[in-house]
Amino acid sequence: MKYILGSFMKIKLLVLLLLLLAAPSFAGEPLGKRIVLDNGMVLLLSEKHSLPMVTVNVLIKAGSVNDPVEKAGLASLTAGLLDEGTKTRTSTQISEEIDFVGGSLSSGGGDDYATAGLTILKKDLNLGMELLADIMVNPSFPEKEVQRKIRETMASIKKSEEDPASVASKAFAKNLFGEHPYGRPTIGTEETVQKITRDDVVGFYNSYFAPNRVIMAVVGDVTEEEIKGLLKKYFGEWKPKEVPAQTLPAAKSFKGRKVVSVDRDLTQTTILLGHLGVKRENPDFYALVVMNYILGGGGFSSRMMDNIRDNLGLAYGVDSTFSAPKEVGSFEVSMQTKNESANKAIFEVLKEIEMIRTHPVTDRELDDAKSYLTGSFPLRLDTNAKIARMLAGIELFNLGLDYVDKYPAYITAVTKEDVMRVAKQYLSVEDYLLVVVGNQEKAQVK
Amino acid sequence: MNKKNLAVMVSAMMLTAAGFTAQAAESPYKSSENAPVHEEILANGLKVLVVEEHKSPVATFQVWYRVGAVDEQLGRTGLSHLLEHMMFKGTKKFGPKTFSQTVMKNGGNDNAFTSKDYTAYFENFASDRISLSMVLESDRMTNLLLDPKEFASERDVVKEERRMRYEDDPNSSLFEEVSSAAYKAHPYQWPVIGWMDDLSNMTRDDLFNHYKTYYAPNNATVIVVGDVKRDEIMAGVKKYFGDIPKGPEITRTIPEEPEQKGERRVTLRKEAQLPYIAAAYHVPNFKDADSYGLEVLSAILSGGKSSRLYKSLVYEKQIALFAGGDYGMVGRAPGLFYLYAGPMPGVKVEDLEKALYDEMEKLKNEPVADRELQKAKNQIEASFIMSQDSNFYRAMTLGRYEVAGDWRAKDRYIEGVRKVTAEDIQKVAKKYFSSDNRTVGILDPIKPKS
Repeated sequence: MKYILGSFMKIKLLVLLLLLLAAPSFAGEPLGKRIVLDNGMVLLLSEKHSLPMVTVNVLIKAGSVNDPVEKAGLASLTAGLLDEGTKTRTSTQISEEIDFVGGSLSSGGGDDYATAGLTILKKDLNLGMELLADIMVNPSFPEKEVQRKIRETMASIKKSEEDPASVASKAFAKNLFGEHPYGRPTIGTEETVQKITRDDVVGFYNSYFAPNRVIMAVVGDVTEEEIKGLLKKYFGEWKPKEVPAQTLPAAKSFKGRKVVSVDRDLTQTTILLGHLGVKRENPDFYALVVMNYILGGGGFSSRMMDNIRDNLGLAYGVDSTFSAPKEVGSFEVSMQTKNESANKAIFEVLKEIEMIRTHPVTDRELDDAKSYLTGSFPLRLDTNAKIARMLAGIELFNLGLDYVDKYPAYITAVTKEDVMRVAKQYLSVEDYLLVVVGNQEKAQVK
Repeated sequence: MNKKNLAVMVSAMMLTAAGFTAQAAESPYKSSENAPVHEEILANGLKVLVVEEHKSPVATFQVWYRVGAVDEQLGRTGLSHLLEHMMFKGTKKFGPKTFSQTVMKNGGNDNAFTSKDYTAYFENFASDRISLSMVLESDRMTNLLLDPKEFASERDVVKEERRMRYEDDPNSSLFEEVSSAAYKAHPYQWPVIGWMDDLSNMTRDDLFNHYKTYYAPNNATVIVVGDVKRDEIMAGVKKYFGDIPKGPEITRTIPEEPEQKGERRVTLRKEAQLPYIAAAYHVPNFKDADSYGLEVLSAILSGGKSSRLYKSLVYEKQIALFAGGDYGMVGRAPGLFYLYAGPMPGVKVEDLEKALYDEMEKLKNEPVADRELQKAKNQIEASFIMSQDSNFYRAMTLGRYEVAGDWRAKDRYIEGVRKVTAEDIQKVAKKYFSSDNRTVGILDPIKPKS
């Protein structure tokens, strides 16, 4: 491959990428319909009848931000256990039923939200929705499944220690966010996961899983009447719940250059450099999108890639990202380079950041960024799964179903002055965190 | 990383190790039920395949060259892949760096991928921009600069890619070891990215010769899937590619792999947390009728959480963190069927290895139940229908079949799968999954210092 993006981004980044890349719609065609059910569940529906299949994407406001500190990983474990047994079905029965019709049913943790998903042929939609509702509404969390999942999670945590990108990412979040829940791994740590009991899981489920905390995007070969009927049948009895709002500790920004090194016998050093970023709701979000595209977000059109890969041959890939989730997220540059060139690569990254902070971008850079960001829109919505993720994201960040019509205006309104202003305001070459995972003797990063 | 992510990672890595790309990881190769494939061959030998799919205003434009690692020589491994990188480094008309930038400012995405069998390039665009692909792709089919300075820095980039994907990834390294040991004559033995020293020794002339030999219309297929009109595409392709002269006939002397007579074992000692086991068996490709039985067998072993390997090793016995089987039936030459698994902490890798073989023995000794067979077929057919949702994937399926022989073979796929019986499964299990036909690799972890 010429270039692929790293796979270690956390869920919040993926949601964001999707939104970053969203752009203008074809005027007059709304992306979908929003329907609030009696129990508070929000349905977003986009009918697509060209293929006999349906894709469902669910977000549940029960993410690792709700984890107790000493039991980090509880939200993720709870979500992962949804399909491991319900009041009327064992784990094996669930997998047998969904596999027999060639569908897929999944659930998992995230930091702001837990997720669930279903992909199924139209002819099996009734069964699919029955199973999806069963795992969301009636999970029974059998003790033996809880214990098995805990062992499996601990093994996965151990295994992830051999992936330099995971190691770096974990160290970056921990040192950047500190006491804020974004600083803890969604999956938890070996220490915290082993403390979790079945009672914790049941308690977490009872506290946070409720229809009024669910966003469900449905895309595919189904009509509004059909889906409303199915939701009424299978989710109708699920009762809403009031959950008190939680105050999260703020992430504290720090001064100076903070280096965190992890010594591993590797040929390359994995480098993450960055600092705190913004919330998705920040009004400067779109200016940041444009600025970051030029700086390091725009693949081969970005300055970092041009300099560090194309001119200097220092890395296979380099990119910069603003995560922009519900709370203040991160700004992060990531790359891998042979141990010996770590310092040079870091120097070049800082040089690019300083350059965009202090010098205006060219007219051409600005125009190219805008034409990509607005012109690539149709590619962001060319499969059912992409539309479903977009719909869920729109609801999650309260962007409105006309978001895709408005997006080009948000982007085209950004000026050269805006780009430099947000670069100055939100980027720093003095106060930043630098995580280096690699052979420290060879890398010599201080 | 949760279990599901890990499974995806393992599967994608598997295919990378086998020389395929990550996109193809999840499902087998499908025919298009509704939209017909329009085929035309230009006078210069360029084959063009067009599928009109109007559900969304986008299209993919792909150029597939029948050249990959299998066409390389020892000492110059990685040539096809490095040339793929250089294809983005400029022609007389479009200078260095401008290719992707031109695509992106038109709202498109582009990339390329190289396997043991092929090298392919693509752009995904809003469908009204698709003629730009024709301008760019026809130009770089014949006018590549291969500038020496660009070559030097890009070779460094590929070395970084090799470090990232293989040297520093113990699991990928293991697959590289197994693949190298499983063959002694056939070029499927070396990695697509090439050995590090071969990359160091590569010259600009090596690339130039490779380019002149294989980048010609008679060794290429253009595939367009999306919201396009067939006649407009054909007119455009003729305009931009029609004048490119036909290249010389390509003579290929690719040795056949002799039959393996006895188990081969390799061990990799590398910094890692947990062991990993991969066992590879020589199996036929889609040109052989047995391939359908193997395809269904693969679904029985590892299609979903109710499949045999997950259910037995991960769920019931709890000796594996993950386990699966992988078979890529569409290749130019017969490939490998992999079984792989990672032990839970504290489980001996030899116990896990034995448990993997025990599952294969069951398939040899007992016919699969009707419902289990039907489940595997339902999974294959459902994913066939679902895969139609992506233009990119549909074009890719056509391309893979075409470089391996003939794109029409994909239309026989579902029919072939439907015909598979419980006896067929038992037959292929006995025929191919013997210890004599097996190459086993074990990752033996060295603990990190910190």
